[in-house]
Formats: sequence, C-alpha cells, structure tokens
Amino acid sequence: MIPAEFSYVRPSTVDEAVAALSGAGEDAKVLAGGQSLMPLLRLRLALPEVLVDLDRVDEMREIRDEGDNVFIGAMATHYNVIRDPLVPALVAKTTATVADPAVRHRGTFGGSLAHADPAGDLPAVMLALDATMVARSPRGSRDIPAADFFVDYLTSALEPDELLVGVRVPKLGDDWGFHYEKFHRTAQSWAVVGVAAAVQRSNGTVGAARIGLTNMGPYPIRASAVESAASGGPASADAFRSAAEAAAEATDPPSDLNGSADYRRHLARVLTARALTAAATV
Amino acid sequence: MPRIKVEVDGVTYEDDVEPRLLLVHYLRDRLGKVGTPIGCDTTNCGACTVLMDGLSVKSCSVLAVQADGRAITTIEGLGIDGQLHPMQQAFHEEHALQCGYCTPGMIMASLDLLRENADPSEDEIREGLEGNLCRCTGYQNIVRAVRRAADDMRGAAKEVTS
Ligand SMILES: Cc1cc2nc3c(=O)[nH]c(=O)nc-3n(C[C@H](O)[C@H](O)[C@H](O)COP(=O)(O)OP(=O)(O)OC[C@H]3O[C@@H](n4cnc5c(N)ncnc54)[C@H](O)[C@@H]3O)c2cc1C
Ligand code: FES
Ligand code: FES
Repeated sequence: MIPAEFSYVRPSTVDEAVAALSGAGEDAKVLAGGQSLMPLLRLRLALPEVLVDLDRVDEMREIRDEGDNVFIGAMATHYNVIRDPLVPALVAKTTATVADPAVRHRGTFGGSLAHADPAGDLPAVMLALDATMVARSPRGSRDIPAADFFVDYLTSALEPDELLVGVRVPKLGDDWGFHYEKFHRTAQSWAVVGVAAAVQRSNGTVGAARIGLTNMGPYPIRASAVESAASGGPASADAFRSAAEAAAEATDPPSDLNGSADYRRHLARVLTARALTAAATV
Repeated sequence: MPRIKVEVDGVTYEDDVEPRLLLVHYLRDRLGKVGTPIGCDTTNCGACTVLMDGLSVKSCSVLAVQADGRAITTIEGLGIDGQLHPMQQAFHEEHALQCGYCTPGMIMASLDLLRENADPSEDEIREGLEGNLCRCTGYQNIVRAVRRAADDMRGAAKEVTS
C-alpha cells in the first residue's frame, strides 16, 4: 500500500532536527532507518502529518570512546554497530542477530530503542548494561537510565518533541563475559524470548551477574532474582541452572502465535541458564 | 514537492517527487524499471531488494526522497551488452527459480553477500539471504547458484588481475 500524505523535513544537524520536530506540532514523527516505521506508514497504522528524516544528520551516526563509556549515536546503523571495534561485545553480538542484512543496512541503533518493541533485542541489552539514553529537546539535554526508558508496549520515556541523540554504554572490564541467547523459529524472525547476560568472573566464582530478558513482558525486564542467586556462587553450569529457575519471576510474558505465556516462562529459565553459562565460558 | 537527483543503473535522473513516494514505486512507475517487484507491505519478503550506494536495501522501505544524491543499482543494471551478469547466469543454469518473483531480490541480495564474503559456505549463503523469501524453490538451487556464481566471479577476477 501507499502511505498517506505527509510533509517532509530533512535536517542536517541535531539542532535543526530538534527545531524541526518541536516546530512541527503534535502529529510529527521522526524517521530513522524506517525499517519499523515504513511498514506502519504503508499499512496506514501510523498517520503522521510531518516526517523529520534524520538520514542526513551525520553527527548522529558517530560512535566514540568517552573513557568509561562508549557513546553510540542513535543513527548508527546496525551494520555499522556490528563492525565498529569500539562497540562493546554484547551490543555487537546481539545486533548481529537482528533482522537480515538489508534491514541492518538501514535500521538504526537508536530507532530500535526508541521503537520500544518488546520483541526487540537491543532494549534488554541496554537494561543489562545499565546504559544511559541521551535525549534532546528545546528544553535541553536529558539523561534517561535504561531502567526508566522502556515504559510500556511500543512506548519509551521520550516526549513527543524529544530526540534520542545517542546512548552511553558503560565499558565493563576484562573480567566480564557476555552472551545473548535468542530463541526464534525461523530466519529473520523476532525473538520468542531472548536473554542478555553479563557475568563477572573471579577465580571460578561469580562476582556479579546482570540479565535482561526480551519479550517476557510489555518491556524488557531485569531478572534480578537470578542475578542475586548467581552472584557469589560458583561459575558452573549446574549453579547457573539452579539460579536460572527464578528467571520467570516477576515477568508478564504474552501468549501469541509463537508461544504461550507458560512456554515463554519455560524458555526464560532454559535460555537464562544457557546465556549465563556461555557468558562465563564454563 | 521535493526535487531529487538520483543515479539509477548508471543514468542520472532529476525528478519532482511526493515525499510519500516509495523508492520502489519511483523505479517502477516513474522510470519504468519494472524488473524490481513488490511482494509485501511489511519489509519481510526482500523481492524489492536493490543496491543503494553499494549496500542492499529493501526499496519498499526507503522513500524516493531518501535516494536523493545516491546511486541505485537494480536487477536491470546488471547485464552488459545483452550478456547476463555471472550471478544471473548461475541462477539460470542452476534452476534457481520457478515463478521468478523473488529472483531479482535474491540476485541483488546475493551480490551484497559476495561483496562482503567472496567465498561463502552454504550456511553463510543461507544466513546472508535470510531477508529474502522464496515460495517456490525450497532454496536448494538458490544456494547452489550463489556458490557457482562465487566461483565464477572469483575466477573472472583472477583472470583480470593476472
Ligand atoms: C523483516 C524485519 C525483521 C526484523 N527483525 C528484528 C529483530 O530480530 N530484532 C530486532 O530488535 N529488531 C528487528 N527488526 C526491527 C529493526 O531492528 C528496526 O531497525 C528497528 O526496530 C527500528 O529502527 P529504525 O532505525 O528502522 O527506526 P524507524 O523505523 O525509522 O523508527 C521507529 C520508531 O522510532 C522512532 N525513532 C527512531 N529514531 C528515533 C530517534 N533518534 N529519536 C526519537 N525517536 C526515534 C520513530 O519515530 C518511530 O516511531 C526487524 C525489522 C524488519 C523489517
Ligand atoms: S516488497 Fe517485500 S520487502 Fe519490499
Ligand atoms: S521462484 Fe517463485 S518465489 Fe522464488
């Protein structure tokens, strides 16, 4: 189908983009890679009056080292994120599981966070890594911790006139290992359930563990019960399996064509054990 | 209406386009390049795949205005002087199509794959083509065709450099 009419603005700097978005009123939308928005426009599920296209805002594509953090510009494409050596391993590895090559050439890091799809893979990773979203509006710049950013189904904490400029992802030391375990039914598919795990090891024990769950509720969820059960314990597959028994606690998974809520709870336990084991490379 | 300047298959065009015009509709309806088909509304099928500045994109999910200043290659730009491109030839010889609807997209995605990996394994081909759906062939012959084209294209590259 053909999208409904809209007017189109193509800023080339962040300042211009912020001005364009706030000047365009209630029914304006940001266009990033378009890999989620274009289908919505074509199906006429989204009917914006103005599209603010970030495609030429080159400063938003930058990925840079900021000491304790890596700053990933919102317009960095999945393709660039996978290939940039500055990008933390868990982010790069997870991004490589997103969609297919053509979608990864256009789809952006920021777009897949701002879209806040519960089946999206990167939100759970941002949660597990305690990343900070950096937003800009006419009122200035604002930091939003990942834990506060994903508010509800397809809803982020961004105000309608706020732009996600980029994300500060903390660097974790060499004693951390990472893994993203994604269960999906066919190629190119979204996760039925996904588990992002970061594990800090010291002499065969777990110093700390961080786990983010994909598609176990309307937004990504931190598996806190598993994190405390695993921390301080042995870094062994058995210990991870028993810690992972708590993975479905405080979750609210959907039932749909890909699986029932019960099946997803089962998957969360199994995949969490696998993700922890792989992250700790035991 | 925004004015765009875009190179398609080696020819530069300048046109006024409505912002909502999809790149694939621009190619088909304005330029008459109907070699690029449309198979879905959801960015899933990959039938509409073209190269934009050398990288594969689904042209149903790019606006024509976004192609302003870019170079597009479609299936119609591959053959030279009536000769099929080695990838087209390999699809033909390996019977990698039945109805042919997915073929233009498959071929463009396959070229993108070889750009990054000149000698892909069967698994790498299947992964590289995961954004392209075929309802007919069961993919076996498509994978075979890409393997064959990879061999032919590396052979040809060696001849040129030696
Ligand atoms: C076939 C297919 C398979 C896919 N599979 C997966 C998958 O397995 N895992 C996965 O995680 N994703 C998947 N995706 C989604 C893909 O990752 C998209 O790239 C992503 O969801 C949206 O990013 P985008 O840059 O295309 O954003 P767009 O589609 O341009 O925008 C999406 C939404 O975010 C808003 N937005 C975008 N950028 C900003 C910004 N900087 N500031 C404020 N608001 C913004 C837009 O206004 C819009 O509402 C798939 C998509 C397709 C088409
Ligand atoms: S027509 Fe199906 S992906 Fe473009
Ligand atoms: S040959 Fe018919 S869809 Fe592929």
